[in-house]
Amino acid sequence: MFKYLFAKAEDIPAGSAAIYFGYSSIVWFVIGTGLGSFNAAKLAFPDFVTGSEILSFGHMRQVHVLAVILGWISMAFAMAMMYITPALGNTKLWSEKLGVWNCFLWNVGLSIGLFGLWMGVTSGREYSDLPWPIDVVVILGLLVPLCINVIMTIKTRRTQGIYTTNWFFGAATFMVIIVFTVGNSPEFFQLTGLTEAYLTWWFAHNVLGLWITPVAAAISYYVVPKVTGNPLYSHRIGHLHFWSVVVFYSTPAAHHLMSAPLPEWLKSFASVEGVLILVPAIAFVSNLLLTMTGKWRMFVENIEIKFTITGVLMAIPLNMQGGFQQTRAINWYIHGTGWIVAHAHLALLGFSTFLEAAAVYYGLQTLLRRKLYSLGLANFHFWMLLIGFTTYWVSMTIAGLIQGAGKIYEVPYIDVVIAEHPYMIARWVGGTMVFLGNCVWLYNMYMTAREGTAIPVGRLPTNVNRIIRGGNYRGF
Amino acid sequence: MDRQLSFGRVGGFSYEDPFLQGWGKPITVQINQDPKTGAAIESTRAFVYEKDVPFPNGIRHPRILGKKPSAASESKGRINEASEDQGAVFIVREVVEGGVMIPYIENATATRGWLPTATLANASDSQRLHVGKGKIMFVREGCWWCHTLLPEQTQDWQYFGAPPMLGDFNGESPTAFGSDRKGPDLTHVGSRNSSREWMVMHFFNPRLVQPHSIMPRYDYLWGEKDVGGNTIDYDGWRAAYTAYANGESIYPPEVPLPAADSEARALIDFVLNLK
Ligand code: HEC
Repeated sequence: MFKYLFAKAEDIPAGSAAIYFGYSSIVWFVIGTGLGSFNAAKLAFPDFVTGSEILSFGHMRQVHVLAVILGWISMAFAMAMMYITPALGNTKLWSEKLGVWNCFLWNVGLSIGLFGLWMGVTSGREYSDLPWPIDVVVILGLLVPLCINVIMTIKTRRTQGIYTTNWFFGAATFMVIIVFTVGNSPEFFQLTGLTEAYLTWWFAHNVLGLWITPVAAAISYYVVPKVTGNPLYSHRIGHLHFWSVVVFYSTPAAHHLMSAPLPEWLKSFASVEGVLILVPAIAFVSNLLLTMTGKWRMFVENIEIKFTITGVLMAIPLNMQGGFQQTRAINWYIHGTGWIVAHAHLALLGFSTFLEAAAVYYGLQTLLRRKLYSLGLANFHFWMLLIGFTTYWVSMTIAGLIQGAGKIYEVPYIDVVIAEHPYMIARWVGGTMVFLGNCVWLYNMYMTAREGTAIPVGRLPTNVNRIIRGGNYRGF
Repeated sequence: MDRQLSFGRVGGFSYEDPFLQGWGKPITVQINQDPKTGAAIESTRAFVYEKDVPFPNGIRHPRILGKKPSAASESKGRINEASEDQGAVFIVREVVEGGVMIPYIENATATRGWLPTATLANASDSQRLHVGKGKIMFVREGCWWCHTLLPEQTQDWQYFGAPPMLGDFNGESPTAFGSDRKGPDLTHVGSRNSSREWMVMHFFNPRLVQPHSIMPRYDYLWGEKDVGGNTIDYDGWRAAYTAYANGESIYPPEVPLPAADSEARALIDFVLNLK
């Protein structure tokens, strides 16, 4: 990778940036889920590894969250953008060199930020935990170059229209910059009190709503038609999805703070907008499931479709929960309990991760021009992820309901802690399965790059064929 | 007002305290002697900002204090005369205006000649609360990943106390409400449980007082020396505790008392101050 940082632009093989992003994302996924499993162990067995500040739960919990969000999910997004955007525009990435630099800065910036966070250098705000100087690095070094590259690639496309996926990519890379800048401004301007709290949740809500959810969906808008060969069921529904995400997803931040003394009208407004999130959700799910018509066999036989459609199906419970759990009628019962933790993992580990994993599987094979090293291991990965996640989700949902009941019946808190204990152990088991599955994935993808069967050039789509030069890729 | 005055300027990463060590924070004292004259006064809570400790941004901000309190703080409290270069001592006072009680901030350095150093010297160790530093520890150690600082709606209020009101958090940053509760809400924990001894044992090892707790041990916040200046023998303590936990000895080992400048002391001050 380093050799390309200062290479002449022409000498960098097309697809390098995507490949580096792809592998980085898998490594961050292993790190992130490893931390998650460690943290879960500490909650289940509080005397597991004690006496050290660095390995204490409070220092690692946020590192797990951000390693997964900014490392795994966002880098997988960048990877997908770097190969899907040009492919859909029948062109090359606008600047491969910028892409390689982007990936380099991403890894370095994120490592520094997370190291500091681990040491306790935090802003004390959930999801925007990174202190503002690091946020500046994230914006200028990570997000702005990505946005420029994606938008310029769309601009230099050689097709007439812009496909739905690219709509989402272009808009989301732009929106995430705004979300980061505005969402972190309370630290820089030292805003305080409820203003600070509101903006914290504005950030937390929108980084999911305007970045993770739409980009993950956009990826599946590409993968499903591409792999099945079916055209997208409806572009118009795609547009409905796009615009309703932008309108409805950007406003419900206050529903995270239902019990804070915020203005009541703001909470009610947020709650109504929150239910309206079902509009993009239903548009998305129905569009993709209808695209599958006639090709449902691939749900069982093809690994990318298996991942993608599982992710799409998970969007159903995800959005049903999301739409209704934030209304006053339900929120008072489950707010602040394990239910929400389960919901957050359904969004990030269920829905979104499965879609990105498909994109990374598919993209790396195409770009490296190699078949997957082992389909068996890929299936193993799939089931480890699915069973591990389900264990996690079910156990945390139950724990959350117990907590909710404890809350309304005014049970002494310690009894709730005791009642939750078995579910804490189950959560740790589930999380560990996800971690182990990812280790297998990393191995599988490493072996794919080294030993996967090369795909003959003639079998590749022409655009990929044209932009990849040279023989076997040995970039890393 | 009390919150922001006791916490000081922003609580997360900041210029004066980039590594979250609790640098540059005010000390809250409870005094019953006038620091200038030495005369006995009724017990007063004062917020001591030593030289170069930054003031919370809110104290001069009419939006944050509210119009009337802000005006009273200026005219009666003379807060405009306070300067960070010299340090200042603040107290919260009240004035009745048209039948309404209006709280305001008084800059006691200007109005009564209370110098920060003299005020500190006037308070014994047990009268000092390192609340500002403790808040930093709370943020840095991630207590808010398990504890909320915001009671939920309805039933919660009976169990964990009154809900916060609009304006309660003005001037405070980060608010660290927390979102995922694995332990009790701490908004009013100081009124539920005001025992310093219990806190000392609980933070050193929660299982000493609550065998089923999943709260982590925070013994590392004690630092190297205890209050008497003796080096703390962590390994020895753990071995003795393990023996106790396994039923090999009847009594758990004695928990060392935290030194006055230790992080554990600040954290306990902060927690006990949550009323
Ligand atoms: C892993 C989650 C976890 C973390 C992190 C955590 N706690 Fe706790 N805490 C608990 C649980 C569970 C209880 C209830 C059982 C008990 O009393 O130990 C508790 C109880 C308490 C109590 C007693 C509450 C009461 O109602 O009497 C206080 C005070 C407290 N914690 C403060 C803190 C502080 C300060 C920190 C940060 C240094 C912290 N906790 C970090 C889980 C946690």
